[in-house]
Amino acid sequence: MLKQCEGSIAIAEAVALCRPEVICAYPITPQTHIVEGLGLLVKSGKLSNCEYINVESEFAAMSVAIGASACGARAYTATASQGILYMAEAVYNASGLGLPIVMTVGNRSIGAPINIWNDHTDSMALRDAGWIQLFAENNQEATDLHIQAFKLAEELSVPVMVCVDGFILTHAYERVDVPEQSKVDAFLPPYEPRQVVDPDEPVTIGAMVGPEAFMEVRYLAHHKQMQALERIPQLAEEFRRVFGRASGGLLHTYHTEDAETVIVALGSVNGTIKDVIDQMRAEGVKIGSVSLCSFRPFPTAALHAAIGHAKRVVTIEKSLSVGIGGNVSHNLRMALQGRDTKVSTVIAGLGGRAITQTSLRKVFTRAIQDTLEPLSFMDLNTAVINRQLERERVTRRTGPAAEAILRDIGTMAARVS
Amino acid sequence: MFQVRIHGRGGQGVVTAAEMLSVAAFLENRWAQAFPSFGSERMGAPVMAFCRIDDREIRSREPVTQPDALIIQDPTLLHQVSVFEGLNPKGYVLINSGRGLDQLGINDLLHSLPPGHACAIPATELSVRHVGRPVPNVPLLAALCAITRKLCLSSVEAAIRQKFKEAVAEKNVAAAREAFELAGGMTTPKGALAHA
Amino acid sequence: MTGASRVKFYQTGTFTVGNRLLDVSVRSVQSDADRNNSLNSGHRACQGCGEALGARYALDAAMRAVNGRLVVANATGCLEVFSTPYPESSWRVAWLHSLFANAAAVGTGMAAAMKVKGRKDVRVIAQGGDGGTVDIGFACLSGMFERDDDVLYICYDNEAYMNTGIQRSSATPAAARTMTTPAAGQEPGNVFGQGKNVPLIAMAHGIPYVATASVADLRDLEYKVGRAMAIHGARYLHVHVPCPLGWGCDTGDTLKVARLAAESGLFPIFEAEAGEVTGRRTIRRRVPVEDYLKMQSRFAHLFSPKRDERRIAMIQAIADRNIRRFGLLDKSEQGAHP
Repeated sequence: MLKQCEGSIAIAEAVALCRPEVICAYPITPQTHIVEGLGLLVKSGKLSNCEYINVESEFAAMSVAIGASACGARAYTATASQGILYMAEAVYNASGLGLPIVMTVGNRSIGAPINIWNDHTDSMALRDAGWIQLFAENNQEATDLHIQAFKLAEELSVPVMVCVDGFILTHAYERVDVPEQSKVDAFLPPYEPRQVVDPDEPVTIGAMVGPEAFMEVRYLAHHKQMQALERIPQLAEEFRRVFGRASGGLLHTYHTEDAETVIVALGSVNGTIKDVIDQMRAEGVKIGSVSLCSFRPFPTAALHAAIGHAKRVVTIEKSLSVGIGGNVSHNLRMALQGRDTKVSTVIAGLGGRAITQTSLRKVFTRAIQDTLEPLSFMDLNTAVINRQLERERVTRRTGPAAEAILRDIGTMAARVS
Repeated sequence: MFQVRIHGRGGQGVVTAAEMLSVAAFLENRWAQAFPSFGSERMGAPVMAFCRIDDREIRSREPVTQPDALIIQDPTLLHQVSVFEGLNPKGYVLINSGRGLDQLGINDLLHSLPPGHACAIPATELSVRHVGRPVPNVPLLAALCAITRKLCLSSVEAAIRQKFKEAVAEKNVAAAREAFELAGGMTTPKGALAHA
Repeated sequence: MTGASRVKFYQTGTFTVGNRLLDVSVRSVQSDADRNNSLNSGHRACQGCGEALGARYALDAAMRAVNGRLVVANATGCLEVFSTPYPESSWRVAWLHSLFANAAAVGTGMAAAMKVKGRKDVRVIAQGGDGGTVDIGFACLSGMFERDDDVLYICYDNEAYMNTGIQRSSATPAAARTMTTPAAGQEPGNVFGQGKNVPLIAMAHGIPYVATASVADLRDLEYKVGRAMAIHGARYLHVHVPCPLGWGCDTGDTLKVARLAAESGLFPIFEAEAGEVTGRRTIRRRVPVEDYLKMQSRFAHLFSPKRDERRIAMIQAIADRNIRRFGLLDKSEQGAHP
């Protein structure tokens, strides 16, 4: 049904349409509305045959999901930020055990300093955990990706994270077509596990594996993700046939065919980027963009096909790999092997810093002029940084840096931008 | 595209107002996007919410920095927060105040706007009288319809009925209707600006 | 306390009792040729491992109690490592190992899955050592209790992190030497803290059933597992299992050491329902804690080079308090030694 609703509610409804059997709920901003929405659906009886468990931590959330999934139940949870780090050990465990758990990540920064706003640091911290990571560009895609995620996860016995920009999508009201139950049922068959903890056929799951076999087990995890590279576009196509719209896939291109400059980004910022590209295209600039939907597996070949011809690529990244720069750009270079494409990393939007069209346009313009540095930080307040560095140069006991910077910036309450 | 920025304090239904506005626009077959200023603000803290309305898909996710309309749900913010920052010179301003516009100390700004583009209504008083709680968001939305003519009051009423349960919804609808008439009355050429 | 409590258990002088003295229905599961062998022979536990013994008895009793309709979540630790060196497994039950700290939560997930799948007959046990229970797994354990999830959690308490090479846990007793509480300095061995009595904490959750047991009395352990499996909701069983390697006792003395822990009052054996103590295993022949301590090299520094009278007395006070608190003495035995 086409309706105007909050992203979190659309996601909750999409998850419910997938008939999860065990939902583990632990609140963390900005994921809360999703688990609240599911709680209401279960409690009111709209989602039946589902155990909704209020757990005591994110670590328990993932652990309960592991137990449930290992016993053959379709399991779901949602988290964000500190929560995904708190469950990190279990996140690795779920993929190591090959359990097809689906988890929404309402992307949010990681402290310290504590910050509740959006960026991608949380998902990036777990990018090597063996989970498939899909990033939604808008709330329609966030809704649709969950339905695809369960199918993908269960076919391959690999868990899937659906990454949705915290607040920007989770708390945004926009137009979403929430599918009909019958169509979801037609698309998503019941879960048929490859392995199950069952007294009728008792097996040992989770045995210790030594050096003689560990490499092979890990390789198989990688192999599954390579299979996912093939399945993700197929599933998007199957989804289009059943639901009548394009959603998901490995990546989305926008005016890349003749583009000399290609912008690559994850998630909702792609919408803002497209508006800037429209403006620049109208002025005759050959610029396009790629929205990476699948970050794990990383779509090297598809990306090569989309951007291999470009003169320059700019990544707009909402996470900082401290000490080197961008996560997306480093992965992306695998897709550009043998090319002399210029790649520039732009770190933007950390901790909820607004990514504006004005700032994007400045960056794109500098890229086209070939004056954009290999690594830059969008809208960085260098004056404040320099003041702090100077303090640190002259004084030993400078106190906490974050607080000193806040003092320099002054009160924010009076400002609107 | 028509962009609205709503200023108020935590607990005044600022975010709900933006959401209802987006629902009203959706019900008129338009595209709309509403989102809060993403804070962990507590009751009473200054908060913002945004709504964009367009005839095509809205892709941009940046906050509204150049609003076409401003709703100020709490007049005490007028001199604490730069609420008018970025306002379209031909934009609209709607203020929750029982006092006349000229009593608010913002005459310079009001004179720079086109006639009929500014309005003050006693939204808190209306909500207390109709709903029993000081939640000025709904009357202000109705007044926004009146002065901008961008949306029909009936769409706002439908959005109210989606958001609230029946009894509360009808009280809010009653508040909305009175606010709409009040604002309409005050936007005649001799209305708001005469006071300003 | 067992169904055969009329029988004088110490007739043989070893606190064991021949099955021939018991009613068929309460004979040991291990006396049955068709027992499940849940933790089968061939595993790689050390000689005299109390945990292996306790786990085998507990799970076989559980399998009998639920007609084999059992799934088990296991925490990381000795029990997990010695039983499952890939690709071998000693488990003859449906068994899942996930992590160190999450066995209780995994158990919750299993129980939820069985419920939603309509498999009400399938029951869940989660188990781990004291590290995985009392320390790192404590939050998950408390969460499982608070929600009253249908899981029996069994803690095999050998009073330190034995898998990693004998480091202190919060179940390590006062004065005990471990690799992280070495027998050095003015106060050698573990500190005298306030202790962390997880059975009492479990009772404070008001869960339907909490019990302690010891490999010194395997019949009592079997009885308590059976009792626990007859109840639904969150249940907790804390089993004292000596570790000859970690405790520094002879591998042939596992049961003797366990028995002295109980008979001295240092490890009180009791059961509780809905937060109230409903039964205790009384001490038959009370012994001073010194008899228990002297058998273990982890306490050797209390006796040599010089007797540490003060700290031995402090440990005796702990035992005395347990005896008073849980009423561990038979009326006939009260006033006897020490």
